[in-house]
Amino acid sequence: MKKLSIILFSGDFDRAVAAFTLATGAAAVNYQVNLFFTFWGLNVIKKKKGRSFTGKGVMARFFGFLSGGFKNLPMSRLNFLGASPKIMISLMKKRNVATLNDLLSAAIELKINLYACEMSIHILGLTKEDFIPEVKEVLGVPKFLELSDGGETLFI
Amino acid sequence: MRKKLDITKEHCPMTFVKTKLELEKLSEGETLEVLLTEGEPLENVPRSAKEQGFKVLEVQHVRQNIYRVLIEK
Repeated sequence: MKKLSIILFSGDFDRAVAAFTLATGAAAVNYQVNLFFTFWGLNVIKKKKGRSFTGKGVMARFFGFLSGGFKNLPMSRLNFLGASPKIMISLMKKRNVATLNDLLSAAIELKINLYACEMSIHILGLTKEDFIPEVKEVLGVPKFLELSDGGETLFI
Repeated sequence: MRKKLDITKEHCPMTFVKTKLELEKLSEGETLEVLLTEGEPLENVPRSAKEQGFKVLEVQHVRQNIYRVLIEK
């Protein structure tokens, strides 16, 4: 079976759309797909979709609030204080293109493997329970390399 | 029994995602009729169905740029 592994480091709305488009498209044509979320990318799979004081310790909780969740993902360019992603979502709906929400649901339906980075989670004082239940495992570099071995890997 | 799926209004990757999810629901001997447009969907849907072990029974031109593909499990 062909395999695609994507590391999503970015928490930008547009980059997350790119990662999920590739992931779901590949899974649809029979690739085994691994999505590994690290650092800013973790914002995409937090259980709390808005801004919230998640994590352990004052600094981590404050940082958690600032970085936000699925609903606060900024555009990598021309963010205009968060107005741009909202405009983009409405355009996507108008043009009948899958939104990030649709893509995340599709990824789950296609049984794409979702993984979270152990080290980033530790810095931010988070646990596996702070993420959507579909996250299969919290893991480190050796396990990721083992899972992605023999396939293509992308860093976004 | 024949199931139907219209992906003529969909765009990448949902054209392929919706087909894959419908194909997964088929039982042995069942067929899925997919309405799709020429270009990438017409090239890729039959090919990836074959790769996944399905039988492509028919590819038929319906009108303008729309085709009907019959896939059997």
